[in-house]
Amino acid sequence: MPDSMTAWELIISGDATLYAIVRLSLAVSLSAVAIAVVIGLPLGALLALTRFRGRTALIVLLNGFMGLPPVVVGLTVFLLLSRSGPLGVFGILFTPLAMVIAQALLVVPIIAALTRQTIEDLWHEYRDELTAMNVGAGGRMATLLWDSRFSLITALLAGFGRAAAEVGTVMIVGGNIDGFTRTMTTTIALETSKGNLPLAMGLGLILIVLILMINAAAWGVRVWSEQRAG
Amino acid sequence: MRDISSDLPVRFEGVSLRAGTTTILDRLNFSIPPGTPTLIVGPNGSGKTSLLRLCMGLSTPSEGRITWGGRNALGPGRLAMLFQRPVMLRRSVADNVIYGLAKAGLPRKLRVARMEEALARVGLLELASRPARRLSGGEQQRVALARALAREPELLLLDEPTANLDPAATRAVEEIILMAAQSGIKIVMASHDLGQVRRLAGEVMFLVRGRLCERASAADFFDHPSTGEAASFVRGDLVI
Repeated sequence: MPDSMTAWELIISGDATLYAIVRLSLAVSLSAVAIAVVIGLPLGALLALTRFRGRTALIVLLNGFMGLPPVVVGLTVFLLLSRSGPLGVFGILFTPLAMVIAQALLVVPIIAALTRQTIEDLWHEYRDELTAMNVGAGGRMATLLWDSRFSLITALLAGFGRAAAEVGTVMIVGGNIDGFTRTMTTTIALETSKGNLPLAMGLGLILIVLILMINAAAWGVRVWSEQRAG
Repeated sequence: MRDISSDLPVRFEGVSLRAGTTTILDRLNFSIPPGTPTLIVGPNGSGKTSLLRLCMGLSTPSEGRITWGGRNALGPGRLAMLFQRPVMLRRSVADNVIYGLAKAGLPRKLRVARMEEALARVGLLELASRPARRLSGGEQQRVALARALAREPELLLLDEPTANLDPAATRAVEEIILMAAQSGIKIVMASHDLGQVRRLAGEVMFLVRGRLCERASAADFFDHPSTGEAASFVRGDLVI
């Protein structure tokens, strides 16, 4: 990617390096959100529907973890995955997989905490009816998750926003390797420090447009399905 | 689904319900056998809803015990309850009924036919594909009735199901309830509407401040109330 070109010139000319960066950023963040959904939705629902000692503390912890500093998560994952770390044998430090894991750790608390709140509110409304219909614990969880699907889209978007926008973790565990682990945010950071402000700003705009497009699409899906299901 | 063992009669033996220092229900002793509709009547706060919730197993008594067909626990799926504000799941009318059938354990291939039959019974078949939460209050209550009746309960508990409905919707709901009663489903329904009690009741249980003040056939309750409270209630005076 030649430094002299602005981001718009790169977009218009269909620059392969630029598109590879955009693709990798999206792939990493979307994978992280997908993993976080698989963990966060059941975890949030479980927290909403069960009562045990230490539950309140866990909820406070989870809510607090929504604001986990990305660099700290990055550092932790770095230590776990580094050669001498407990997971070093897998050799995945400085790979896209490491970035996915780190971002998933950032997103899980967001999705779990927002799911917990949503499900708990809906449970107050549904409790008598579902109990009267003899719905078991698993069925309750599934029903409440499905019936709060419109609100949960917002939780997913919040999670995606966090993943797509952060730079600290992917920089530390990905290493910002050109053509391999370089994402939009790390490129922006790099180009800014190199003084290539037009390119950095252009990439920033692309990132914002992408995030807006994904949000708009999710909003469209929400409105469309709400009209169908009430 | 009905099977060999029955949940009737529902028997209350010295049942009290308290919340903190407030007594909601006070030492109730009675039995509800199969038969004509039982209307639970009384002013607001007399404990009608709490009594129905106990019948349904949604809450447990502070004192005393409840048995269903002589057993200490409810059999699954043979009781159904209709609430004052029914909860419509965020899906179509048809899927709301099918959901109830699935949770009652009806085999998948029988569900659609049973759903259509139940919606036809409440006159809502043509709305089957509509989102349930978009219906009017009266229509939602009829969907809830279809959802409950499709499960073929032997006992249907209703907590003032027409309290928020206009006269036309109330009549539609009452007709369905009478139809269910004629098909052999035991109806236990709370109401504070005297006209409704006259229209539906086979027998009346009159609650005042958590006590079972009087229990009589509907005819006796209206013609010869044996307590002063019941007499003033029947006259339409305010009983507090």
